[in-house]
Amino acid sequence: MQPVPTPVPQDTEDPAGVPDADAGGQALRLRTEELSVFYADVQALKSVTVEIPAREITALIGPSGCGKSTFLRCFNRMNDVIPDARVQGKVLLGDRDVNGRGVDVVELRKRVGMVFQQPNPFPMSIFDNVAYGPKIHGVRGRQQLQEIVETSLKSAALWDEVKDELKKSAFDLSGGQQQRLCIARTLAVKPEVILMDEPCSALDPQSTSRIEDLMTDLKRHYTVIIVTHNMQQAARVSKMTGFFLMGDLVEFDTTEKVFTNPADERTEQYVSGRFG
Amino acid sequence: MASGEGRTAFQQELLQLKATLRQLGECGARMLEDAMKALVNQDYDLAEDVRKRDNQADALDRRVDDDTMSLLALQAPVAGDLRTVLGAARMATDLERVADYAKDVAKVARKLHREKYYWPLEDIPAMAMCCTKMTRLVLDALDDEDPEAAIQVARMDHDVDARWKLLRDQLVEHMESDPRHVRQAARLLLVARYLERVGDHLVNVAERVHHIATGEFRSLDDA
Repeated sequence: MQPVPTPVPQDTEDPAGVPDADAGGQALRLRTEELSVFYADVQALKSVTVEIPAREITALIGPSGCGKSTFLRCFNRMNDVIPDARVQGKVLLGDRDVNGRGVDVVELRKRVGMVFQQPNPFPMSIFDNVAYGPKIHGVRGRQQLQEIVETSLKSAALWDEVKDELKKSAFDLSGGQQQRLCIARTLAVKPEVILMDEPCSALDPQSTSRIEDLMTDLKRHYTVIIVTHNMQQAARVSKMTGFFLMGDLVEFDTTEKVFTNPADERTEQYVSGRFG
Repeated sequence: MASGEGRTAFQQELLQLKATLRQLGECGARMLEDAMKALVNQDYDLAEDVRKRDNQADALDRRVDDDTMSLLALQAPVAGDLRTVLGAARMATDLERVADYAKDVAKVARKLHREKYYWPLEDIPAMAMCCTKMTRLVLDALDDEDPEAAIQVARMDHDVDARWKLLRDQLVEHMESDPRHVRQAARLLLVARYLERVGDHLVNVAERVHHIATGEFRSLDDA
Protein backbone atom coordinates (compact mmCIF):
# COMPACT_ATOMS: atom_id res chain seq x y z
CA MET A 1 0.00 0.00 0.00
CA GLN A 2 1.28 3.46 -0.91
CA PRO A 3 1.87 5.83 1.97
CA VAL A 4 -0.37 8.87 2.01
CA PRO A 5 1.75 11.86 1.17
CA THR A 6 1.89 14.45 3.88
CA PRO A 7 3.62 17.81 3.80
CA VAL A 8 6.33 16.46 6.07
CA PRO A 9 9.12 14.72 4.18
CA GLN A 10 9.69 11.36 5.84
CA ASP A 11 11.22 9.21 3.13
CA THR A 12 14.12 7.14 4.27
CA GLU A 13 14.58 4.98 1.22
CA ASP A 14 16.38 5.70 -1.98
CA PRO A 15 14.67 3.51 -4.55
CA ALA A 16 15.65 5.44 -7.62
CA GLY A 17 19.19 6.41 -6.85
CA VAL A 18 18.20 9.90 -5.74
CA PRO A 19 19.94 11.24 -2.66
CA ASP A 20 17.68 10.90 0.33
CA ALA A 21 16.90 12.66 3.56
CA ASP A 22 19.44 12.19 6.27
CA ALA A 23 18.76 9.54 8.87
CA GLY A 24 16.23 10.55 11.50
CA GLY A 25 14.12 12.63 9.11
CA GLN A 26 16.60 15.49 9.11
CA ALA A 27 16.29 17.87 6.20
CA LEU A 28 18.61 17.40 3.27
CA ARG A 29 21.74 19.47 3.04
CA LEU A 30 21.71 21.33 -0.20
CA ARG A 31 24.92 22.74 -1.55
CA THR A 32 26.91 23.42 -4.65
CA GLU A 33 30.62 23.11 -5.20
CA GLU A 34 32.31 25.12 -7.92
CA LEU A 35 29.15 25.00 -9.98
CA SER A 36 29.41 26.49 -13.45
CA VAL A 37 26.87 26.45 -16.26
CA PHE A 38 27.57 27.19 -19.89
CA TYR A 39 25.06 27.87 -22.67
CA ALA A 40 27.16 26.95 -25.70
CA ASP A 41 30.25 29.17 -25.23
CA VAL A 42 28.61 31.60 -22.82
CA GLN A 43 29.29 31.02 -19.14
CA ALA A 44 26.07 31.82 -17.28
CA LEU A 45 27.23 30.71 -13.85
CA LYS A 46 30.79 30.99 -12.56
CA SER A 47 32.04 28.47 -10.05
CA VAL A 48 29.44 28.95 -7.35
CA THR A 49 30.07 27.24 -4.01
CA VAL A 50 27.35 27.71 -1.43
CA GLU A 51 25.27 25.86 1.14
CA ILE A 52 21.53 26.49 1.20
CA PRO A 53 20.07 26.18 4.71
CA ALA A 54 17.45 23.47 5.17
CA ARG A 55 13.85 24.38 6.00
CA GLU A 56 14.40 28.05 5.48
CA ILE A 57 13.54 30.38 2.62
CA THR A 58 16.51 31.46 0.55
CA ALA A 59 16.02 34.30 -1.91
CA LEU A 60 18.13 34.74 -5.03
CA ILE A 61 18.29 38.27 -6.38
CA GLY A 62 20.14 40.05 -9.14
CA PRO A 63 19.54 41.85 -12.44
CA SER A 64 18.22 40.04 -15.50
CA GLY A 65 20.74 37.62 -16.95
CA CYS A 66 22.78 37.41 -13.74
CA GLY A 67 22.48 33.63 -13.46
CA LYS A 68 20.03 33.32 -10.58
CA SER A 69 17.43 31.30 -12.51
CA THR A 70 20.16 29.19 -14.08
CA PHE A 71 21.43 28.46 -10.56
CA LEU A 72 17.90 27.60 -9.37
CA ARG A 73 17.33 25.21 -12.25
CA CYS A 74 20.48 23.28 -11.40
CA PHE A 75 18.83 21.80 -8.31
CA ASN A 76 16.33 19.75 -10.30
CA ARG A 77 18.24 19.62 -13.55
CA MET A 78 15.85 21.80 -15.48
CA ASN A 79 18.85 23.01 -17.46
CA ASP A 80 18.94 19.53 -19.04
CA VAL A 81 16.15 20.57 -21.38
CA ILE A 82 18.07 23.57 -22.71
CA PRO A 83 20.09 22.72 -25.84
CA ASP A 84 23.85 23.34 -25.52
CA ALA A 85 23.59 23.75 -21.74
CA ARG A 86 26.58 22.24 -19.93
CA VAL A 87 27.03 21.91 -16.19
CA GLN A 88 30.37 21.68 -14.35
CA GLY A 89 30.94 21.20 -10.65
CA LYS A 90 28.66 19.60 -8.11
CA VAL A 91 25.06 20.05 -6.99
CA LEU A 92 24.75 18.04 -3.81
CA LEU A 93 21.55 16.87 -2.17
CA GLY A 94 22.82 15.28 0.98
CA ASP A 95 26.10 13.79 -0.11
CA ARG A 96 25.11 12.87 -3.63
CA ASP A 97 25.48 14.80 -6.81
CA VAL A 98 22.21 15.29 -8.72
CA ASN A 99 24.21 15.09 -11.94
CA GLY A 100 25.79 11.82 -10.87
CA ARG A 101 25.36 8.52 -12.61
CA GLY A 102 22.17 6.60 -11.94
CA VAL A 103 20.14 9.58 -10.80
CA ASP A 104 16.54 9.27 -11.97
CA VAL A 105 15.58 12.79 -13.12
CA VAL A 106 11.84 12.13 -12.74
CA GLU A 107 12.38 11.03 -9.15
CA LEU A 108 14.70 14.01 -8.57
CA ARG A 109 12.05 16.46 -9.77
CA LYS A 110 9.49 14.80 -7.49
CA ARG A 111 11.71 15.59 -4.56
CA VAL A 112 12.84 18.97 -5.78
CA GLY A 113 9.60 20.54 -6.98
CA MET A 114 9.30 23.73 -8.96
CA VAL A 115 6.80 26.58 -9.21
CA PHE A 116 7.07 28.84 -12.23
CA GLN A 117 6.49 32.51 -12.96
CA GLN A 118 3.23 31.99 -14.81
CA PRO A 119 0.71 29.67 -13.14
CA ASN A 120 0.59 26.63 -15.41
CA PRO A 121 -2.31 24.42 -14.36
CA PHE A 122 -3.07 21.42 -16.58
CA PRO A 123 -6.24 21.62 -18.70
CA MET A 124 -8.20 19.46 -16.29
CA SER A 125 -10.16 19.78 -13.05
CA ILE A 126 -8.76 21.20 -9.83
CA PHE A 127 -8.83 17.70 -8.32
CA ASP A 128 -7.07 16.08 -11.26
CA ASN A 129 -4.37 18.75 -11.30
CA VAL A 130 -3.35 17.86 -7.77
CA ALA A 131 -3.89 14.10 -8.17
CA TYR A 132 -1.87 14.00 -11.40
CA GLY A 133 1.57 13.69 -9.80
CA PRO A 134 0.67 11.03 -7.22
CA LYS A 135 -1.05 9.01 -9.99
CA ILE A 136 2.09 9.17 -12.12
CA HIS A 137 4.00 7.90 -9.10
CA GLY A 138 1.63 4.98 -8.67
CA VAL A 139 -1.04 6.06 -6.20
CA ARG A 140 -4.33 4.52 -7.38
CA GLY A 141 -6.87 4.34 -4.54
CA ARG A 142 -9.63 6.94 -4.82
CA GLN A 143 -9.74 7.48 -1.06
CA GLN A 144 -5.99 7.89 -0.92
CA LEU A 145 -5.98 10.36 -3.78
CA GLN A 146 -8.74 12.34 -2.10
CA GLU A 147 -6.68 12.54 1.05
CA ILE A 148 -3.63 13.69 -0.89
CA VAL A 149 -5.64 16.33 -2.76
CA GLU A 150 -7.22 17.65 0.43
CA THR A 151 -3.93 17.72 2.36
CA SER A 152 -2.08 19.40 -0.50
CA LEU A 153 -4.78 22.01 -1.11
CA LYS A 154 -4.90 22.76 2.61
CA SER A 155 -1.12 23.13 2.73
CA ALA A 156 -1.32 25.49 -0.23
CA ALA A 157 -4.02 27.53 1.55
CA LEU A 158 -6.51 26.91 -1.24
CA TRP A 159 -8.77 24.21 0.21
CA ASP A 160 -11.35 26.50 1.79
CA GLU A 161 -11.84 28.33 -1.49
CA VAL A 162 -12.26 25.28 -3.74
CA LYS A 163 -13.43 22.38 -1.58
CA ASP A 164 -16.97 22.51 -2.99
CA GLU A 165 -15.94 22.73 -6.63
CA LEU A 166 -13.05 20.32 -7.08
CA LYS A 167 -14.50 19.17 -10.42
CA LYS A 168 -14.32 22.66 -11.83
CA SER A 169 -11.70 23.42 -14.46
CA ALA A 170 -8.49 24.81 -13.03
CA PHE A 171 -8.72 27.56 -15.64
CA ASP A 172 -11.79 28.95 -13.86
CA LEU A 173 -9.60 29.96 -10.91
CA SER A 174 -8.05 33.40 -10.55
CA GLY A 175 -4.33 33.86 -11.27
CA GLY A 176 -3.47 33.79 -7.59
CA GLN A 177 -5.58 30.68 -7.01
CA GLN A 178 -4.00 28.99 -10.02
CA GLN A 179 -0.54 29.66 -8.59
CA ARG A 180 -1.57 28.17 -5.24
CA LEU A 181 -3.00 25.21 -7.16
CA CYS A 182 0.40 24.75 -8.81
CA ILE A 183 2.01 24.86 -5.37
CA ALA A 184 -0.53 22.23 -4.17
CA ARG A 185 0.37 20.13 -7.22
CA THR A 186 4.03 20.38 -6.26
CA LEU A 187 3.30 19.45 -2.64
CA ALA A 188 1.18 16.44 -3.68
CA VAL A 189 4.25 14.44 -4.67
CA LYS A 190 5.93 15.06 -1.34
CA PRO A 191 8.95 17.12 -2.30
CA GLU A 192 11.67 18.14 0.11
CA VAL A 193 12.81 21.21 -1.71
CA ILE A 194 10.59 23.73 -3.50
CA LEU A 195 12.12 25.96 -6.14
CA MET A 196 10.14 29.08 -7.01
CA ASP A 197 11.03 31.12 -10.07
CA GLU A 198 9.42 34.54 -9.64
CA PRO A 199 6.20 32.93 -8.40
CA CYS A 200 4.40 36.23 -7.76
CA SER A 201 5.47 38.32 -10.73
CA ALA A 202 2.19 37.66 -12.56
CA LEU A 203 0.01 38.19 -9.47
CA ASP A 204 -1.76 41.16 -7.92
CA PRO A 205 -0.62 42.44 -4.49
CA GLN A 206 -3.31 40.55 -2.58
CA SER A 207 -2.46 37.22 -4.24
CA THR A 208 1.23 37.98 -3.74
CA SER A 209 0.60 38.50 -0.06
CA ARG A 210 -1.19 35.14 0.18
CA ILE A 211 1.66 33.33 -1.57
CA GLU A 212 4.17 35.00 0.74
CA ASP A 213 2.18 33.89 3.80
CA LEU A 214 2.08 30.42 2.30
CA MET A 215 5.84 30.38 1.78
CA THR A 216 6.33 31.24 5.43
CA ASP A 217 4.12 28.27 6.37
CA LEU A 218 5.88 25.97 3.94
CA LYS A 219 9.35 26.60 5.30
CA ARG A 220 8.47 24.67 8.45
CA HIS A 221 8.59 21.51 6.38
CA TYR A 222 10.38 22.36 3.17
CA THR A 223 13.52 24.05 1.99
CA VAL A 224 12.34 26.87 -0.26
CA ILE A 225 14.50 28.71 -2.79
CA ILE A 226 12.90 31.66 -4.52
CA VAL A 227 14.14 33.74 -7.42
CA THR A 228 12.60 37.18 -7.29
CA HIS A 229 12.99 40.57 -8.90
CA ASN A 230 11.00 42.06 -6.07
CA MET A 231 13.60 42.95 -3.48
CA GLN A 232 11.01 43.87 -0.90
CA GLN A 233 9.61 40.38 -1.31
CA ALA A 234 13.06 38.89 -0.76
CA ALA A 235 13.44 41.08 2.33
CA ARG A 236 10.00 40.13 3.64
CA VAL A 237 10.06 36.37 3.28
CA SER A 238 13.59 35.02 3.22
CA LYS A 239 16.10 34.10 5.89
CA MET A 240 19.08 34.09 3.54
CA THR A 241 19.71 36.07 0.37
CA GLY A 242 22.13 35.44 -2.45
CA PHE A 243 23.03 38.26 -4.83
CA PHE A 244 24.13 37.23 -8.32
CA LEU A 245 25.82 39.46 -10.86
CA MET A 246 27.05 38.37 -14.28
CA GLY A 247 27.18 34.73 -13.23
CA ASP A 248 28.98 35.32 -9.94
CA LEU A 249 27.45 34.80 -6.53
CA VAL A 250 28.66 38.15 -5.21
CA GLU A 251 27.26 37.83 -1.71
CA PHE A 252 25.38 35.19 0.28
CA ASP A 253 24.37 36.11 3.79
CA THR A 254 21.41 36.56 6.09
CA THR A 255 18.73 38.67 4.47
CA GLU A 256 19.01 41.12 7.35
CA LYS A 257 22.69 41.65 6.67
CA VAL A 258 22.23 41.96 2.91
CA PHE A 259 19.51 44.59 3.29
CA THR A 260 21.01 46.58 6.16
CA ASN A 261 24.76 46.36 5.77
CA PRO A 262 25.89 44.32 2.77
CA ALA A 263 29.59 43.48 2.60
CA ASP A 264 30.02 44.14 -1.11
CA GLU A 265 29.56 47.57 -2.67
CA ARG A 266 27.86 45.99 -5.72
CA THR A 267 25.24 44.40 -3.46
CA GLU A 268 24.66 47.76 -1.77
CA GLN A 269 24.19 49.42 -5.14
CA TYR A 270 21.74 46.75 -6.29
CA VAL A 271 19.57 46.46 -3.19
CA SER A 272 19.44 50.25 -2.99
CA GLY A 273 18.00 50.28 -6.51
CA ARG A 274 20.93 52.15 -8.04
CA PHE A 275 21.31 49.75 -10.94
CA GLY A 276 19.68 46.69 -12.45
CA MET B 1 27.60 48.22 -13.69
CA ALA B 2 26.43 51.79 -13.62
CA SER B 3 27.37 52.62 -10.05
CA GLY B 4 25.54 55.45 -8.38
CA GLU B 5 22.87 55.80 -11.06
CA GLY B 6 19.16 55.30 -10.69
CA ARG B 7 16.60 56.55 -8.19
CA THR B 8 17.68 60.12 -8.87
CA ALA B 9 14.67 61.66 -7.14
CA PHE B 10 15.28 59.52 -4.06
CA GLN B 11 18.95 60.53 -3.99
CA GLN B 12 17.89 64.17 -4.16
CA GLU B 13 15.56 63.64 -1.22
CA LEU B 14 18.36 62.05 0.82
CA LEU B 15 20.58 65.05 0.06
CA GLN B 16 17.74 67.34 1.09
CA LEU B 17 17.39 65.41 4.35
CA LYS B 18 21.09 65.91 5.08
CA ALA B 19 20.77 69.60 4.16
CA THR B 20 17.93 70.01 6.66
CA LEU B 21 20.07 68.34 9.33
CA ARG B 22 22.87 70.77 8.56
CA GLN B 23 20.45 73.68 8.87
CA LEU B 24 19.29 72.34 12.22
CA GLY B 25 22.85 71.81 13.45
CA GLU B 26 23.94 75.25 12.22
CA CYS B 27 20.90 76.81 13.89
CA GLY B 28 21.90 75.20 17.21
CA ALA B 29 25.56 76.18 16.81
CA ARG B 30 24.68 79.84 16.14
CA MET B 31 22.23 79.89 19.03
CA LEU B 32 24.99 78.56 21.27
CA GLU B 33 27.49 81.17 20.02
CA ASP B 34 25.01 83.99 20.50
CA ALA B 35 23.85 82.72 23.89
CA MET B 36 27.48 82.75 25.00
CA LYS B 37 27.99 86.29 23.62
CA ALA B 38 24.85 87.36 25.46
CA LEU B 39 26.18 85.81 28.68
CA VAL B 40 29.67 87.28 28.40
CA ASN B 41 28.55 90.74 27.19
CA GLN B 42 25.42 90.73 29.37
CA ASP B 43 23.31 91.48 26.30
CA TYR B 44 19.65 91.04 27.24
CA ASP B 45 18.29 91.58 23.71
CA LEU B 46 20.58 89.02 22.17
CA ALA B 47 19.64 86.51 24.88
CA GLU B 48 15.96 87.13 24.13
CA ASP B 49 16.62 86.70 20.41
CA VAL B 50 18.32 83.33 21.01
CA ARG B 51 15.39 82.19 23.14
CA LYS B 52 12.97 82.96 20.31
CA ARG B 53 15.07 81.15 17.71
CA ASP B 54 14.38 77.83 19.40
CA ASN B 55 11.15 77.69 17.38
CA GLN B 56 13.22 77.48 14.19
CA ALA B 57 15.12 74.50 15.55
CA ASP B 58 11.86 72.80 16.54
CA ALA B 59 10.44 73.37 13.04
CA LEU B 60 13.57 71.91 11.40
CA ASP B 61 13.39 68.90 13.73
CA ARG B 62 9.77 68.34 12.71
CA ARG B 63 10.72 68.66 9.04
CA VAL B 64 13.33 65.93 9.44
CA ASP B 65 10.69 63.78 11.15
CA ASP B 66 8.18 64.32 8.34
CA ASP B 67 10.76 63.71 5.60
CA THR B 68 12.02 60.58 7.35
CA MET B 69 8.53 59.17 7.59
CA SER B 70 7.67 59.84 3.98
CA LEU B 71 11.00 58.41 2.75
CA LEU B 72 10.40 55.24 4.76
CA ALA B 73 6.83 54.92 3.55
CA LEU B 74 7.36 55.82 -0.09
CA GLN B 75 10.92 54.83 -0.95
CA ALA B 76 11.54 51.73 1.22
CA PRO B 77 15.24 52.50 1.70
CA VAL B 78 17.66 49.68 2.51
CA ALA B 79 21.29 49.26 3.52
CA GLY B 80 23.23 52.56 3.70
CA ASP B 81 20.17 54.55 2.64
CA LEU B 82 18.17 53.01 5.48
CA ARG B 83 20.89 53.83 8.00
CA THR B 84 20.95 57.41 6.73
CA VAL B 85 17.19 57.86 6.98
CA LEU B 86 16.86 56.29 10.44
CA GLY B 87 20.05 58.02 11.57
CA ALA B 88 18.70 61.38 10.40
CA ALA B 89 15.71 61.06 12.72
CA ARG B 90 17.96 60.21 15.66
CA MET B 91 20.50 62.93 14.87
CA ALA B 92 17.75 65.54 14.53
CA THR B 93 16.61 64.73 18.07
CA ASP B 94 20.14 65.25 19.41
CA LEU B 95 20.70 68.43 17.41
CA GLU B 96 17.38 69.82 18.55
CA ARG B 97 18.49 69.21 22.14
CA VAL B 98 21.63 71.27 21.43
CA ALA B 99 19.36 74.17 20.45
CA ASP B 100 17.30 73.60 23.61
CA TYR B 101 20.39 73.87 25.78
CA ALA B 102 21.44 77.03 23.91
CA LYS B 103 18.03 78.44 24.78
CA ASP B 104 18.60 77.47 28.43
CA VAL B 105 21.98 79.25 28.41
CA ALA B 106 20.24 82.32 26.95
CA LYS B 107 17.70 82.24 29.80
CA VAL B 108 20.55 82.32 32.33
CA ALA B 109 22.16 85.17 30.36
CA ARG B 110 18.88 87.09 30.64
CA LYS B 111 18.80 86.58 34.42
CA LEU B 112 22.41 87.64 34.91
CA HIS B 113 22.49 90.61 32.54
CA ARG B 114 22.61 93.24 35.30
CA GLU B 115 24.84 91.41 37.77
CA LYS B 116 28.49 91.93 38.31
CA TYR B 117 30.27 88.65 37.67
CA TYR B 118 32.14 87.24 40.66
CA TRP B 119 33.65 84.50 38.54
CA PRO B 120 35.85 84.89 35.44
CA LEU B 121 34.01 83.65 32.36
CA GLU B 122 36.85 81.76 30.72
CA ASP B 123 36.23 78.04 30.83
CA ILE B 124 32.52 78.37 30.03
CA PRO B 125 33.06 80.19 26.68
CA ALA B 126 35.87 77.73 25.91
CA MET B 127 33.45 74.83 26.44
CA ALA B 128 30.87 76.53 24.21
CA MET B 129 33.45 77.14 21.48
CA CYS B 130 34.44 73.49 21.57
CA CYS B 131 30.77 72.47 21.27
CA THR B 132 30.09 74.72 18.27
CA LYS B 133 33.24 73.37 16.59
CA MET B 134 32.12 69.82 17.29
CA THR B 135 28.70 70.59 15.76
CA ARG B 136 30.17 71.86 12.51
CA LEU B 137 32.75 69.09 12.23
CA VAL B 138 30.19 66.36 12.85
CA LEU B 139 27.99 67.81 10.10
CA ASP B 140 31.01 67.74 7.76
CA ALA B 141 31.65 64.12 8.80
CA LEU B 142 28.03 63.33 7.92
CA ASP B 143 28.32 64.93 4.49
CA ASP B 144 31.54 63.02 3.81
CA GLU B 145 30.30 59.86 5.58
CA ASP B 146 33.70 59.81 7.23
CA PRO B 147 33.90 57.51 10.29
CA GLU B 148 37.36 58.72 11.30
CA ALA B 149 36.19 62.33 11.36
CA ALA B 150 33.25 61.21 13.54
CA ILE B 151 35.69 59.61 15.99
CA GLN B 152 37.75 62.83 16.08
CA VAL B 153 34.62 64.80 16.96
CA ALA B 154 33.81 62.38 19.78
CA ARG B 155 37.35 62.83 21.15
CA MET B 156 36.83 66.59 21.37
CA ASP B 157 34.20 65.91 24.03
CA HIS B 158 37.00 64.88 26.41
CA ASP B 159 38.01 68.53 26.64
CA VAL B 160 34.42 69.60 27.35
CA ASP B 161 34.10 66.93 30.06
CA ALA B 162 37.42 67.87 31.67
CA ARG B 163 36.47 71.55 31.84
CA TRP B 164 33.06 70.66 33.27
CA LYS B 165 34.58 68.60 36.10
CA LEU B 166 37.08 71.32 36.93
CA LEU B 167 34.45 74.09 36.86
CA ARG B 168 32.02 72.05 38.92
CA ASP B 169 34.58 71.59 41.72
CA GLN B 170 35.79 75.18 41.56
CA LEU B 171 32.30 76.69 41.56
CA VAL B 172 31.25 74.54 44.54
CA GLU B 173 34.35 75.70 46.40
CA HIS B 174 33.52 79.28 45.45
CA MET B 175 29.98 78.89 46.78
CA GLU B 176 31.31 77.47 50.04
CA SER B 177 33.80 80.31 50.42
CA ASP B 178 31.30 83.10 49.90
CA PRO B 179 27.61 82.26 50.37
CA ARG B 180 26.60 85.65 48.88
CA HIS B 181 27.67 84.31 45.48
CA VAL B 182 25.73 81.06 45.64
CA ARG B 183 22.87 82.23 43.41
CA GLN B 184 25.16 83.40 40.58
CA ALA B 185 27.57 80.50 40.92
CA ALA B 186 24.67 78.02 40.82
CA ARG B 187 23.47 79.58 37.56
CA LEU B 188 26.93 79.40 36.02
CA LEU B 189 27.20 75.81 37.22
CA LEU B 190 23.98 75.10 35.34
CA VAL B 191 25.40 76.67 32.17
CA ALA B 192 28.51 74.48 32.45
CA ARG B 193 26.27 71.45 32.94
CA TYR B 194 24.19 72.38 29.87
CA LEU B 195 27.36 72.57 27.78
CA GLU B 196 28.57 69.24 29.10
CA ARG B 197 25.25 67.73 27.99
CA VAL B 198 25.56 69.41 24.57
CA GLY B 199 28.91 67.63 24.17
CA ASP B 200 27.25 64.29 24.96
CA HIS B 201 24.50 64.86 22.39
CA LEU B 202 27.14 65.66 19.78
CA VAL B 203 28.92 62.40 20.63
CA ASN B 204 25.59 60.66 19.94
CA VAL B 205 25.48 62.37 16.54
CA ALA B 206 29.08 61.28 15.87
CA GLU B 207 28.14 57.68 16.75
CA ARG B 208 25.26 57.86 14.29
CA VAL B 209 27.53 59.20 11.54
CA HIS B 210 29.95 56.35 12.27
CA HIS B 211 27.09 53.85 11.97
CA ILE B 212 25.87 55.36 8.70
CA ALA B 213 29.40 55.20 7.26
CA THR B 214 30.36 51.72 8.48
CA GLY B 215 27.15 49.85 9.29
CA GLU B 216 28.53 49.07 12.73
CA PHE B 217 27.36 50.45 16.05
CA ARG B 218 30.24 51.64 18.16
CA SER B 219 30.10 53.61 21.36
CA LEU B 220 32.38 56.63 20.97
CA ASP B 221 32.14 57.72 24.61
CA ASP B 222 35.67 56.51 25.22
CA ALA B 223 36.96 56.96 21.69
